[in-house]
Amino acid sequence: MATATTTARPHTRAGAHQPVRHQPAWRRRLGAAMPHLVLIGYALVALGPIVMIVMNSMKERRAIFSEPFRLPTAETFSLVGYQTVFERSRFELYFLNSFVVTVASVLLVLLLGSMAAFALSEYRFWGNTLLALYLALGIMIPIRLGTVSILRLLVDLSLVNSLLGLILVYTAMGLPLAVFVLGLFFRQVPRDLKEAARVDGASEYWVYRLAMPLIRPGLAAIGVFTMLPIWNDLWFPLILTPGESVRTVTLGAQLFLGQFVSDWNAVLAVLTLAMLPMIALYIIFSKQFMRGLTQGAIK
Amino acid sequence: MSATTRAPTRRRSRRTHVLVFLAPAVVIYTLFMVYPLLDSLRLSLFGVVDGQEAFVGFDNFRQLLGDDLLSARFWNAVVNNLAFFAVHFLVQNPIGLLLAALLASPTLRGRSVYRTLIFIPTTLSVVIVGFIWQLILSPLWGFVETPLLGRSSTALVTLSLMSVWQYVGIPMLLFYAVLISIPDDLVEAAYVDGANDWQVFWRIKFPLLLPTVGMVTVVTYVANMNAFDLIYTVKGALAGPDFSTDIMGTLFFRTFFGFQLQRGSSTMGATVATLMFLLILAGVLLYFFGWQRRVETYEL
Repeated sequence: MATATTTARPHTRAGAHQPVRHQPAWRRRLGAAMPHLVLIGYALVALGPIVMIVMNSMKERRAIFSEPFRLPTAETFSLVGYQTVFERSRFELYFLNSFVVTVASVLLVLLLGSMAAFALSEYRFWGNTLLALYLALGIMIPIRLGTVSILRLLVDLSLVNSLLGLILVYTAMGLPLAVFVLGLFFRQVPRDLKEAARVDGASEYWVYRLAMPLIRPGLAAIGVFTMLPIWNDLWFPLILTPGESVRTVTLGAQLFLGQFVSDWNAVLAVLTLAMLPMIALYIIFSKQFMRGLTQGAIK
Repeated sequence: MSATTRAPTRRRSRRTHVLVFLAPAVVIYTLFMVYPLLDSLRLSLFGVVDGQEAFVGFDNFRQLLGDDLLSARFWNAVVNNLAFFAVHFLVQNPIGLLLAALLASPTLRGRSVYRTLIFIPTTLSVVIVGFIWQLILSPLWGFVETPLLGRSSTALVTLSLMSVWQYVGIPMLLFYAVLISIPDDLVEAAYVDGANDWQVFWRIKFPLLLPTVGMVTVVTYVANMNAFDLIYTVKGALAGPDFSTDIMGTLFFRTFFGFQLQRGSSTMGATVATLMFLLILAGVLLYFFGWQRRVETYEL
């Protein structure tokens, strides 16, 4: 009994201090399987609905209702929903718009945020703490509360129905957290490194460039935090860029779904199209993604 | 020699650097975030008098909170929003904690696979989540017999649970990050002293988790108080049935843009936004003074 327990769990960190209890074998096995049962159970709850949508989007209408839990077979396979989507809406354009807005906003947040964070953590000047506090205020206050005046401002600047307007608003939205978190990362960059560069005659811009690779985990974390809410946002596209030519995927999907609510093939196809790119991107980068999120969280 | 002549120019150029580094972020943040927020607060004190925007003091607030119909809508949205938050608080913390505790157990295999899979819904757009669940709960598909989203008694709770389904990955990850950062010697010392798993969790790990529970709660509160996308996607701007799913975000949208018989008003919209701001501020202050000061944070 005793040898069985120790060999079965040789790399148990907690094993050393747990006295060998004489439990029946079935109970021990159940104890070891329990976490997996719960986790698999919850993973099914999390993924089941998504799998159902993707699977049924590739079936003909009758099969969606008669056998919803079965994978598409040769007889039930059909891409008619996808056909409807691309014939009736300009989804490829919506993707392009979302892509442009998200990439531009994230890059601006990372560039401008890291510059400001560098200045605040590197130089002592009058009002430094006050300015840091001013920038940090936006972490807790949702930018949506200013929507009435944002719309007025963009009307005055003729930036309504323009991707640039959306990009500027999202940049402002992402900056407070970026400046705060990247500042924490910049403070850990060794002083010797920067001083050595300065002694060699490097300009302050060069010192900033030199420090950038050292805060990569912070940039990854902020990139993730900033990207998701922008790509997935409905509020600002609905209010600031409702026009067809500047529509984002989220708004495009929302409008399409409202219009084609009874065409299940089309609805399932749009849902699949709108969610698969993000899921694919997430799974490819999940390691960096998780590291960024947990590290950002600990900060 | 040269050092004395160079020193002043160096200091001056240093100042330009600081400006170059800071100006773009400060300008964009001020113009597109701080100014609109302050201007919205200002607008809440203005109204349209004879076709002109004019200062009206607290008239908007008096109307919103004094008029029978408007105040009924307002308080309905506040109560619904608090219920929306309460479901999040009561459901996402236990589930997040359970999943995190299981993931953090040192003998578990396939940890990163579970973590990755369970987090997937969080990456989706709220619009997608709303429609996925609308289809799954649709009587046409017939997995669920009762129209959960169609009854005023169940719609709000169902929507809250849909939102929890999407976002539970975040508390899970944050709790997990804390649990794996607890030093082994601390836990082992407790075992040596004769503590069992249950005691170790509640006496050692749970107190270390409390600051994170507080942080997750306040972030959830702020996010819930300006939630909009989910309700708008599933129930439209009227947040039916019979306003039973109306929350601050949908009320704000309707007041600002108008809907059906109601005419939109930007100053009334700004008034609703100001009240949302006050509700959020109250929650955040409650957190800082009521929770964070009392919960001890341990340096590990």
